[in-house]
Amino acid sequence: MIGFLTRTRGRGRLDWTDWFTYGYLTLGLFLMFGPVAWLVLSSFKTESAIIEFPPSLLPMGTKQVVVAGEGKPKPIYRVTLPDGTTRELAELRRIGLVSTMVDPAHPDELLRVPIDRRTPVREFRLATENYTELAGKFDFGQYLWNSVFITVVATIITLLFNSMAAFALSKYRFAGRQTVFLLILSTLMVPPTIVLVPNFLVVSELGLLNSLWGVIWPAVATPTGVFLLRQYMLTLPDELLEAARLDHASEWRIYWRIVLPLTAPALAVLAIFSVMWRWNDFLWPLVVLSKSEKFTLQLALNAFQGDLVTQWNYLLAMTVITLVPVTLVFAFLQKFVTQGIASAGVK
Amino acid sequence: MTAPNWKRLAAAAVAAASRVVEVPFHAVQRAFGVGPMPWLFLAPNLVIFGVFTFLPLLINFYYAFTGGAALYPSERPFTGMENLATLFDCGNHFDPSTCRKDLFWRAIWNTAKFSVLQVTLMVLFSVITALVLNRKVIGRGFWRGVYFYPVLLSPVVVALIWKWILQREGVLNAIVVAAGGAPFEWLTSGSWAFTWVIFVSIWAHMGFYTLILLAGLQAIPKDLYEAAQMDHASPWRTFRRVTLPLLMPNLLVVFVLAAIRAVQTFDEVFVLTGGGPGSATTFIVQFIYQTGFMEQIRLYGLAAASSLVLAAALIVLTLVQLRLAGNRDAKQR
Repeated sequence: MIGFLTRTRGRGRLDWTDWFTYGYLTLGLFLMFGPVAWLVLSSFKTESAIIEFPPSLLPMGTKQVVVAGEGKPKPIYRVTLPDGTTRELAELRRIGLVSTMVDPAHPDELLRVPIDRRTPVREFRLATENYTELAGKFDFGQYLWNSVFITVVATIITLLFNSMAAFALSKYRFAGRQTVFLLILSTLMVPPTIVLVPNFLVVSELGLLNSLWGVIWPAVATPTGVFLLRQYMLTLPDELLEAARLDHASEWRIYWRIVLPLTAPALAVLAIFSVMWRWNDFLWPLVVLSKSEKFTLQLALNAFQGDLVTQWNYLLAMTVITLVPVTLVFAFLQKFVTQGIASAGVK
Repeated sequence: MTAPNWKRLAAAAVAAASRVVEVPFHAVQRAFGVGPMPWLFLAPNLVIFGVFTFLPLLINFYYAFTGGAALYPSERPFTGMENLATLFDCGNHFDPSTCRKDLFWRAIWNTAKFSVLQVTLMVLFSVITALVLNRKVIGRGFWRGVYFYPVLLSPVVVALIWKWILQREGVLNAIVVAAGGAPFEWLTSGSWAFTWVIFVSIWAHMGFYTLILLAGLQAIPKDLYEAAQMDHASPWRTFRRVTLPLLMPNLLVVFVLAAIRAVQTFDEVFVLTGGGPGSATTFIVQFIYQTGFMEQIRLYGLAAASSLVLAAALIVLTLVQLRLAGNRDAKQR
């Protein structure tokens, strides 16, 4: 244990501390990804498979076959016949304890089988209907739109407002600059949970209750964003600005044409953060948006999981869709996120 | 048919938007010169901070000392310390059932217990994970990502993932049954629900702290370890004398951030257990939310007073941690 805690670099041979290391990491892989993998697998199970206990690992559905002369595909069962042989038969219909079955190869020969003599034949099948039926089942499209709207609009405004403030704080010398900077940083110490009640009043006085803008406006001035962009802009040489001023460029032009393009890497980091913040927001939207047609995906998920009869197959599919954007960020932009956390120390 | 050139469309849209936004900036500069320009650039941010942070902060104070169920401050009768007195009206503050607002005190003690356990365990596991990742492992970026992934998930998704696993017909019970046990209702037993709430919240946030600690470990100069090796220092001694002291600044940052976040835990727990069974996993933010927004009569005053108590706790926490950090610096000097 001690050797493992302290040694930072192995020396090429695999000793027990290396075994511990990889054991620990593999356990971590199982614990961290396992639950998400289980969610995704489960979301492809049919309504009947999802309430099975014990659950099967992979999504399984009853194998189906088209029987000549019948419209819909029929489920296939393995049947033990009175002479002891087993055959795979399709069930045409079932009355009480007796089921009428047929061999798909010989559709004319009908067999009557007691239902306790048959077991369903199952195969790997993805119940994609959980996803395709979502749109009709709930106001799913509406929730998705609300979430996307809030995320995109709030991120654009955040980038604009925060970069403007960062520009002022990094490229001008004026009385009160330090005070304003500290004031903005101090809002980091005021978590939204503290001002929940009065913010509700402010938003309702502005007529923004049950409006997506009621979620957007309070969120767009992020101290983290101002701080992140200011630190980056401080590294840009002031000579660039002086040169532009000599060319009679207006202050807005300098900000828009010179500083902003050069700040692109930091803006990208803030954009990723903002997308994740807004997409994942819960408590504030929960307070502001009480009408179900204004729900974001997160609120809709919360509302449906609280229903008396939870339709897990749809709920799980919706959960998977909700985690798609952040998973894409994780897969392709992880470098930027970790870099942002390292430079600002905030999430 | 040609596909629209999205890049050019977006550029045109941005240019058009800029032409609208720049109007006041040009007008002010023409009229008053460069002097007020920084304030104009700051204005949108400051207005939003003013309206949605500083103004609410003031109103919150006023709310805390007024009663009634009206939302508008001028319609609320001033009641002085009544809200705070109601919250603190207890026979014995350590026994919530002797309190007038017993749920408030249950929430406080739950939050305290949760914060201590969650922060301690999470920082412990984050340190271990960071140490493991700091070794010469193949594919470090991948392994780091494994622990980081849950950090990006929304609290609602985190809660639903675990609710699905922990439910009666869930996969955990399938494992329990396969091992010869009986299925168990994990979230309807108070102490188990509390345990799982701690576990899930560690699962969801650990990667963030691991990342900060790993950055701290990688910043430790390698020659210090070489020097320790030359002196034949035992691995444990090297850890105590080199790794731990140099990691300490990061460790303190991690403790502060984790504690401040733990005290405000709400979303995951609210979706996972709803605060139950009973009030076993009701924390302080949920109490504020329930009092202010879920009850038939919305007691904004009481909710605001409770958030003052939470704010006080957060301030104390920050000061204690800053003092700790200051002491340590002084000792090292």
